[in-house]
Formats: sequence, structure tokens, C-alpha cells
Amino acid sequence: MTKSDLLAIVPAYNEEHNVGAVVEKLRKCGLPMDVLVVNDGSSDRTAEVAKSAGATVVTLPYNLGIGGAVETGFIYARDYGYSFAVQVDGDGQHKPEEIPTILNPVKNGETDVAIGSRFLTKEGFRSSPFRRIGIYIFRGAIYLATRQIITDNTSGFRAYNRKAIKFLAEHYPCDYPEVEVVVTLKKNGFHLKEFPVQMDERQGGRSSITPAKSVYYMVKVLLAVLVCYLRSPEVREDRS
Amino acid sequence: MHFRIQLIAIAGSIVLTAAIFELVRKRRLREEYSLLWLLAGLCMLVLSLNRGSVERISRFMGVSYAPSALFVAALFFGMLLLIHFSMIFSQQAERVRILAQQNALLRLEISELKPRNGDETWPDEVPSA
Repeated sequence: MTKSDLLAIVPAYNEEHNVGAVVEKLRKCGLPMDVLVVNDGSSDRTAEVAKSAGATVVTLPYNLGIGGAVETGFIYARDYGYSFAVQVDGDGQHKPEEIPTILNPVKNGETDVAIGSRFLTKEGFRSSPFRRIGIYIFRGAIYLATRQIITDNTSGFRAYNRKAIKFLAEHYPCDYPEVEVVVTLKKNGFHLKEFPVQMDERQGGRSSITPAKSVYYMVKVLLAVLVCYLRSPEVREDRS
Repeated sequence: MHFRIQLIAIAGSIVLTAAIFELVRKRRLREEYSLLWLLAGLCMLVLSLNRGSVERISRFMGVSYAPSALFVAALFFGMLLLIHFSMIFSQQAERVRILAQQNALLRLEISELKPRNGDETWPDEVPSA
């Protein structure tokens, strides 16, 4: 197994049609990195496909939700001593060739966490109007809680340094985590910055967020942001 | 309050308290979860032994019909228990999540250490939950 200082964390739930291509693109994008697919209790062949594409696969015994899956990736990254991690969705909407855009600012110490934002460019897939309304509301909530504007707050295309990896291995929220993580990180003194990237529409399969779930999603996320905002910072034993 | 109903109330609360105690003794109920129930049983016992207490409490609360004070108290207590259960569920869910994650990571680690022995499907084939 190649051992790089960069780990790509790919959460995947029933993504047998996409995950193979994602893993292959990651391995061929020219950056030395290890690819960890977190198979979140899929009922299809996600694990086999990812493994034959050359990824390390960790299979959760049941579906934990995206947050629990990504957190598993952070625990792995922490325990195996990776200095940097990038999070890339298993559905193929993030472009591996854009990884340097979010990774380099983390590597050169410009920020602890870099978020790839599709709203800072004029090109690429811009998400459905309905989802964008949600993103605007979240933007307001995050601004009120942290005084920072994060344009693409539901983006799961992110790069992290070791400090953030260690923190998130213990404090990653469980479902619909992206927005909540932003507030938690800011609250605990991490530096976050967005960088423009392009995204594609998902290649196949279905998004985990159905219209019926979106109301629950909104309420849950806004409640989580409020609670996060009111909660005192977690104690951080390690500042290295 | 009639003497007969008082007798029934006393017997009921003693039976409840004893039943809880017995469950704890048989390890069917853990001590930490039995405390609220025991408290409930003891409260009932005190109220049924002390005839005037229900009337006094309802007068203090400004309730004219004494039994409704009792209903309010019972409802409040039921809610307290339900909140307690929700807290326990949340804690259990958190612990099960951590176990699942550690289990998954350990299986990965073992699969990398262990020669295959022709068992090609392990560890991806997880028994369904």
C-alpha cells in the first residue's frame, strides 16, 4: 500500500455506478494520495467496485449517515498519521483535478480548512433552485453565528490540515453535517476559507436528499447551528 | 378520601416499589434507571399514607378539584421519565455509532493483516443489521 501524507476521504452509500470512476480519477489526478472509501452500509456493490478501482475500503456495519461516514474517515486519517485530508463525494460531482485549488492553501498554512465553492465562479453546475434557497438561508445563519460568509456551505468538497483532522475525528456531527461543521470549526478557533471550484451534476444514482426530507433537513441544520452557536467550545487537549 | 381507596393506593404503591426493587435485584433493571421509578413509587406511598397531603398540595397549587392536582403531578412525572428515556436513547445511539466505526476500522485492519485463506468475501460481507 502506498503511504502518502494525503488521504482522500470518499463517503459512499449505494454508489456502485459512480464510486469506481471517482476512485480512478483520484488515483490518476497526479497527486500522490491514498484513497479511503467509507462504504456507509451500502446494499449494493460499492465496496467491491471501490476496492477493485484501487481504494482502501472501510465498510460500516449499517448506514450511519454521511456525517458518521466522514468521521470514520477522519478517525482513519488521525490514526494513520496523515497530515492532510481531502473530502470528495462518492457521487462524482467533485473534480479531482480541482483538488490543488483547495489543498494548496491548506498545505502552505493559509487556512486550516478549505472549502470548494461553486458559487465563487460563474461556471459549472450550480445546484437546483430549491436547494439554493436553503443554501442562502444557511449562509445567513452561519453569518449570524460566526460573522463569516460561507457561500457554498453544503459543499462536501473540502481540504483539512492535521489539526482539523484530529478535531473532527472526535467532533463530527452525524447527519446533514456540512453546515454544522462550519460553525463548530469556527467556534473552536479554526480558520476556514472558500476557494472557487467547478462541480458537475451527479453522474448517476440519486441524491440522499429527497424533497420530503428537505424540510427536516432545514429545521435540523438550523437547530444544529443554533445549538452549536450557544455551546461552549470543546476542550482541545492538543494544539499541535 | 375513603378508607378503602386509601388502602388500595397504599397497596398499589407498595407493590410498584417492590416490583421495581425486585427487577433491580434480578438485574433486569439497572440501578441508575430504577431511581426515577423508585422515586415515583415512594411519592405515591407518601401521598396515599398521608390523607391530607393531596388536598394540601392542591390547595397550595390553587387547584379546586384535588384529584386533578394528582393528574398534573402524574403527567409531569411521566414526561420526566420520557425525557430521561430520550436522553438514554441519545447516549446509546452515540455509543453504537462509535462502536460501529471502531468495528469497521478494526475489520479493515484485520483484513490487511490476515492472509485470505480463500475466504474472499470477508470482511465486506457484514451481517445485515
